[in-house]
Amino acid sequence: MKSLIVLILGVATGAVLALGFLFFSPFSAQKPLSPISVSEREKVLLRYSAVAENSIIFTNSGESSVHPFPVKVLQLWEPPIRQTDLLVTVLRDGRNQPAGIGVKFSSLSERTRVLEGKALVDSAWYIHMPGQGSMLIEQSENHWSFVRDIVAPAHWSSGDNWRGNWHGTITDGPGALGTGRVYGGSGRFAGLVSEAVETLSAKAYSAVTGPVAMEGQLTIELAVGTDNMDEIERAANALRQ
Amino acid sequence: MIRVFAFGILLGVAAALTALHFVPMVDQYREESIISVTTNGGNAETFHVKVPTDRIMIGAQGFANSLPAGMEWPDDPRFHEVRAEVFKLRNSRDAIIGVASRFASTDPGLGNVIEWVLHLPARGTVFARIPPQSVDGARRVGELRAGTREFGSLNGRMSERWVAETSASDQTTAGRIELLMTFVGNEIYVPEEELAE
Repeated sequence: MKSLIVLILGVATGAVLALGFLFFSPFSAQKPLSPISVSEREKVLLRYSAVAENSIIFTNSGESSVHPFPVKVLQLWEPPIRQTDLLVTVLRDGRNQPAGIGVKFSSLSERTRVLEGKALVDSAWYIHMPGQGSMLIEQSENHWSFVRDIVAPAHWSSGDNWRGNWHGTITDGPGALGTGRVYGGSGRFAGLVSEAVETLSAKAYSAVTGPVAMEGQLTIELAVGTDNMDEIERAANALRQ
Repeated sequence: MIRVFAFGILLGVAAALTALHFVPMVDQYREESIISVTTNGGNAETFHVKVPTDRIMIGAQGFANSLPAGMEWPDDPRFHEVRAEVFKLRNSRDAIIGVASRFASTDPGLGNVIEWVLHLPARGTVFARIPPQSVDGARRVGELRAGTREFGSLNGRMSERWVAETSASDQTTAGRIELLMTFVGNEIYVPEEELAE
């Protein structure tokens, strides 16, 4: 009986050690620099507040610490959308002027792998910029660093909050260099196929209510691309040769 | 006793790593996809939203019945020509399977345009652009601009149609918006032997 208790204590200690090592593993550190930040191509920078109360609407299942806003907005409680967040917000340009309206759909990803330091979210931004056009940005986001550096310390803090300066890239794909994909819709973005990254800058986070002072930024590269089928087939023919 | 404790630690480490590898951390609930084969080739899938039941948000400048209550639509003049709506999205069996946004713009620089984004958490996202002119007095037909994950390799069209609810006896607008997506795959097959050359 005594041996069994010691064995159970050993198993528990081993499990805690394994989880602790994975959580604090230096191998899962976030990328220090996005490839787009060193690109010389023309870019569009769009900023938004990542605080729910500063958005037009934010909704989720209602079970998260980040509460839907406004209070009477419909919640996403049905099973297929229960793990989805929806954000509609004003996007501001580099001069802090309103430039467009963005709708962000974010769903927890089944490709999440804790062993690899990947807490993944599949997201899509629809961006409408009056006078300029519209686009869709497809992203796979990795929130591991954000959870480890901000969310967990906020929960461990006696005041249930975190304060500091944190800046990180959350975009992790689907591009080979960890960039998101951009598909132009209309206006000057029509036909555009390009790349984008999303970063977060946090200064305060509450374990009870979520982000208190946090801003997101989308950096969208305006490379000349195509979704034209003829050009795609020409590229495939070139590959054959 | 120390040996038992050390063995327990190893067992605990192994058990934790095995569990993390094999037990999925996220499991999205899936409704069965209802896809039909069209007569001229390709596939078709129908979605719809019930109005006003499924409407999460409607916003436009000067619009008296903005939803949800308490929402502040931006009053910047550049958003004057934008009408934005967000819905829960249903499949043809009337089950909620995702969320969708619909933006209608009468931008003098861009022309009139309607853009839909359908987000199905377990499957992916579809981006469609639809001209505001109807083709038969009821349906507007546009093209799929882009898709992600399951929809990433698809090419096709999307139509929207307003179906009024005839049983509505009060003055409120009620009905449903039907979305029909017809698509074909646009992946290009390159035989492995050609790739190897």
